[in-house]
Amino acid sequence: MVIEDEVMISMQAVNKWYGDFHVLKDINLTVNKGERIVVCGPSGSGKSTLIRCLNRLEEHQAGTIKVQGIEINNDLKNIDEIRREVGMVFQHFNLFPHLTILENCTLAPIWVRKTPKAEAEAIAMKYLERVKIPEQAHKYPGQLSGGQQQRVAIARSLCMEPKLMLFDEPTSALDPEMIKEVLDTMVSLAEDGMSMICVTHEMGFARKVANRVIFMDEGQIVEQNEPEEFFQNPQSDRTKLFLSQILGH
Amino acid sequence: MTQHSHDSVFVRTVDAETLPPPQNQSGIRGWLWRNLFYSVMDYSSVGASVRSLAMLFFTVLVSYVGITQLWYLLDFVFLSAVWSDPTGIKREACWTVSQGGTLPDDWHAACWPFVFAKLKFLAYGPYPMDELWRVNVTGLLGLAGIFWLLIEALPFRRLVGVLMLTAYPVIALILLTGGASDANYVNSGAYILVGLALITVGRLGQRGLLGVLASDFASIIGFVGWSLIVYQVLMLIFSVDVGLEPVGTGDWGGLLITLVVAVTGIVVSLPLGVVLALGRRSNMPVARLLCTIFIEFWRGVPLISVLFMASVMIPLFLPEGVNFDKLMRALIGVMLFSAAYMAEVVRGGLQAIDKGQYEAAEAMGLTYWQSMRQIILPQALTHVIPGIVNTFIGLFKDTTLVSIIGLFDLLGAGKSAIADASWSSPVQAISIYLFVAFIFFVFCFGMSRYSIFMENKLSKSRSH
Amino acid sequence: MYFNSNNLSALINDARVRNIGFQVLIIGALVFSVWWLMDNTLTNLENRGKSLGFGFLVQTAGFEISDTLGTWLFDYEVGVSTYTDIYFIGITNTLLIAVLGIFLASIIGFTVGIMRLSNNFVLKYFATVYVEVIRNVPLLLQLFFWYFAVLGILPGARSQLEVLGGLGGLNITGLYLPAPVFQTGFGVVFFAFIASLVLSYGIARLSKKKQEKTGQGFNVALIAPVLIILITGTTYVIMGGPLDWTFPEFKNTGPIFKRGFQSDTGMVLVPEMLAVLLALTLYTAGFIAEIVRAGIVAVSRGQTEASYSVGLRPGVTLRLIVIPQAMRIIIPPLTSQYLNLTKNSSLAVAIAYPELVSIFAGTALNQVGKEIEMIFMVMSTYLVISLITSFFMNWFNARVKIVER
Repeated sequence: MVIEDEVMISMQAVNKWYGDFHVLKDINLTVNKGERIVVCGPSGSGKSTLIRCLNRLEEHQAGTIKVQGIEINNDLKNIDEIRREVGMVFQHFNLFPHLTILENCTLAPIWVRKTPKAEAEAIAMKYLERVKIPEQAHKYPGQLSGGQQQRVAIARSLCMEPKLMLFDEPTSALDPEMIKEVLDTMVSLAEDGMSMICVTHEMGFARKVANRVIFMDEGQIVEQNEPEEFFQNPQSDRTKLFLSQILGH
Repeated sequence: MTQHSHDSVFVRTVDAETLPPPQNQSGIRGWLWRNLFYSVMDYSSVGASVRSLAMLFFTVLVSYVGITQLWYLLDFVFLSAVWSDPTGIKREACWTVSQGGTLPDDWHAACWPFVFAKLKFLAYGPYPMDELWRVNVTGLLGLAGIFWLLIEALPFRRLVGVLMLTAYPVIALILLTGGASDANYVNSGAYILVGLALITVGRLGQRGLLGVLASDFASIIGFVGWSLIVYQVLMLIFSVDVGLEPVGTGDWGGLLITLVVAVTGIVVSLPLGVVLALGRRSNMPVARLLCTIFIEFWRGVPLISVLFMASVMIPLFLPEGVNFDKLMRALIGVMLFSAAYMAEVVRGGLQAIDKGQYEAAEAMGLTYWQSMRQIILPQALTHVIPGIVNTFIGLFKDTTLVSIIGLFDLLGAGKSAIADASWSSPVQAISIYLFVAFIFFVFCFGMSRYSIFMENKLSKSRSH
Repeated sequence: MYFNSNNLSALINDARVRNIGFQVLIIGALVFSVWWLMDNTLTNLENRGKSLGFGFLVQTAGFEISDTLGTWLFDYEVGVSTYTDIYFIGITNTLLIAVLGIFLASIIGFTVGIMRLSNNFVLKYFATVYVEVIRNVPLLLQLFFWYFAVLGILPGARSQLEVLGGLGGLNITGLYLPAPVFQTGFGVVFFAFIASLVLSYGIARLSKKKQEKTGQGFNVALIAPVLIILITGTTYVIMGGPLDWTFPEFKNTGPIFKRGFQSDTGMVLVPEMLAVLLALTLYTAGFIAEIVRAGIVAVSRGQTEASYSVGLRPGVTLRLIVIPQAMRIIIPPLTSQYLNLTKNSSLAVAIAYPELVSIFAGTALNQVGKEIEMIFMVMSTYLVISLITSFFMNWFNARVKIVER
């Protein structure tokens, strides 16, 4: 359910450069609490860069970004607060290989929220059950399949009980038979009301769950619409080209 | 013109402009910001401020030290250095007034006339002046050969490679020593006959004409036979008098010795290392044990003790009447030491090869040695070319140790040049050490750049 | 059918026979070579009037050795100490150089390695130049450089360069420093120091337990050093300060050959040792820097990104995520470098610092002439050190291996 008056993210006139290359051009975006947004576009369009600016993994050089009213700038305190409230799932999982699954999940609650170990473990087990792999808690990431690792990565982010989840191509590095288990997890998260921004090529997921689909090309937002309208009646030529390429096969 | 995507539906009609980055991001200012100021300008919290101030302090300190030392070095080596000695007064050209010379009292810089005067000595040692052309020819031939092998575009690389490993050492040895060594023709003749006999036995054995046991060992018997013949033929070649003045290895020195030791070391240690690596991975417990012990022994002791051992104990190991000169003894020590390190490098390459390669070769019906030669080793060795070059760089630097057992390598020549009293001055030692260090640096740095180049090339061709 | 059981077993037997036969051949060749070498050796020894035996070890030695930790530890006296003493003095000095060198080289190496990764170009380029120059010039040359070129320009034996505000001095005969003289009761202070270390460790463990229970530990980094200093300091005062110092005495007057640093006052580090330490430390640090840099770079960026995105700050990320993974990659080649440093200390023979090779396989060998026995002893000593290090490394590797399928 979208809560219209609670703004989660506000991006205004955001621009970013890598050296001389203008990678994000005049981004204006508002996301409300409870919204699920899918961002798609050709590679190099800046979609990953966009969401990585939201938790300061990338720095923007112009414009303002506010997450839950907190502005992202060089103030470390702001950055810390934002990272506590925003979770991220990466394309290559990035689990910590030298720690067990359980330790992966309890690390942040213990060191950031100062939760006692027993409580942190209870929280971790709760979310591991949520993603349906509680029995793997004492194994190491290297012993799990790709799909299982990605679900652990989701649980790890959830243990900090974030208000917003960012997904950066979460299924792109998975074997086909494992994509479903991860998408199912993400769908169930959405159904529980989690605000999320997803960069993905999985259009079926977009249709099922998204409130808005955003199409980016060459660093700018080209088109955005509700999923059905977006897929049936793309307005811009670039959107039409992109859709024909990815839905064509 | 901005277009806002606050609403649910949005279609961009006007493209956003592509702007240049803000002033402090691009060009020199941007670069300076990212690579210098960023680390010293963060004062947002106590911790960050402490870090920034510390960085500032260290940056200033390092800059100061770096710039002053660099300036001092430039001054020492170029600006204030003495470059010529036109009147031939030798050491007095580098003396200050208070020592009896003409330079100001606070002068402290390089004395290059000294180094220039010693250049020949540093390169050839006490090799007779009239015969230097032989060393130069050997060197040029070697360079040409290596050059040919390195440039991919040139034809006949394989032939050149084989020649460099077989004909070149023989030619080099004859040129450098002068050939005409003693030869016992009767002895050699006898050995050659024995060798021929063994080869015949081997051949017959391979055809199964001498029973099962002989056929199994036919290849070994033949190999022994061939080795005997090759050795004797070489001895005979060396005994031929081509009219060159004999120059014993005692008269070799400087860069000549450094290169001879390093190149011989690496060329011999490669096949030896391959055999040891294969032995260490073999499934014959005896071979595995012996090779492991051999490798771990030579890798566990310092090279200087190996050289001492070679220098002092080899004469004891040899039968009466057989003498190995000092260079030969040092070479043997270096070869064994280097072979152990090479074995580990090759072993790394063998381990990196997919098991499937071994299985495919076996499935094709190739024997152990055939599959090694045709399939496994070419891949393994290409894989570890950077490792081999690094071992060579290490060996090149290690050759300096032979100066401790009395051989005049480049460093030893430098050291003995310092003893020349006619050039004695406070900067004598530094000048020549700087020069020798420079030569080593050029060789080693060049080789390490080549190794990085090869590594990049290999990883590119390897990415599948 | 080609592969009936008869043919198959013949094939297998053939391979097995060949394997066994080959091994027998190898053993035979080995035995023959060893016998041949030994025969030659014994003949040659006989011809030179020598014999094999370790009896020389109890003979007394008649040559001087410069003042070092080894001579001090074993009370070396010309004409009284035996060759066994000399052997142990050599080992002591080798180990001294090794331990000091490893400690210093690690500090410098880690610093320079991290400097190379800095985004401050001044530090980065300085570190790069250092590493490239050090690694491409032979160690022996660097040793000569420090010994002849640098230490050679120190003031002569009759003058000095003051150090530590006049408490010590530096000249061509060495670096003179105050020497501690331990009085009775110092043992108690030392014991207190060890106890305070153990206590700090206990407090660290306690803090960890508390953090697990309540989420907050104590600030061990602050408490531990304070505690150590407090406990050791108090014990020292209570015991009446059982530490005296003798200071090097420098005489500036009187007959000229009696001027300079007086012997047996203070502690002296001979220039040979300084040169060896300098050269070895700087050389090995260059290699360590490369190893550290490669180890840290090998930990993928994704690890730090994942850690930041879950709210962990850079300091904690470094400590709990990056460094544990980097250390697994760094430690095996690091141990190799430590071993190299120990073996490279043998280069000290070139400038006559009395470590094992120089003093036992060098000077003593010249006196005694028992090459085979003495070189055997020296090589075995290094082999033992190498093997111990290898075992440790294999044990460590097995313990911290990242668990995979």
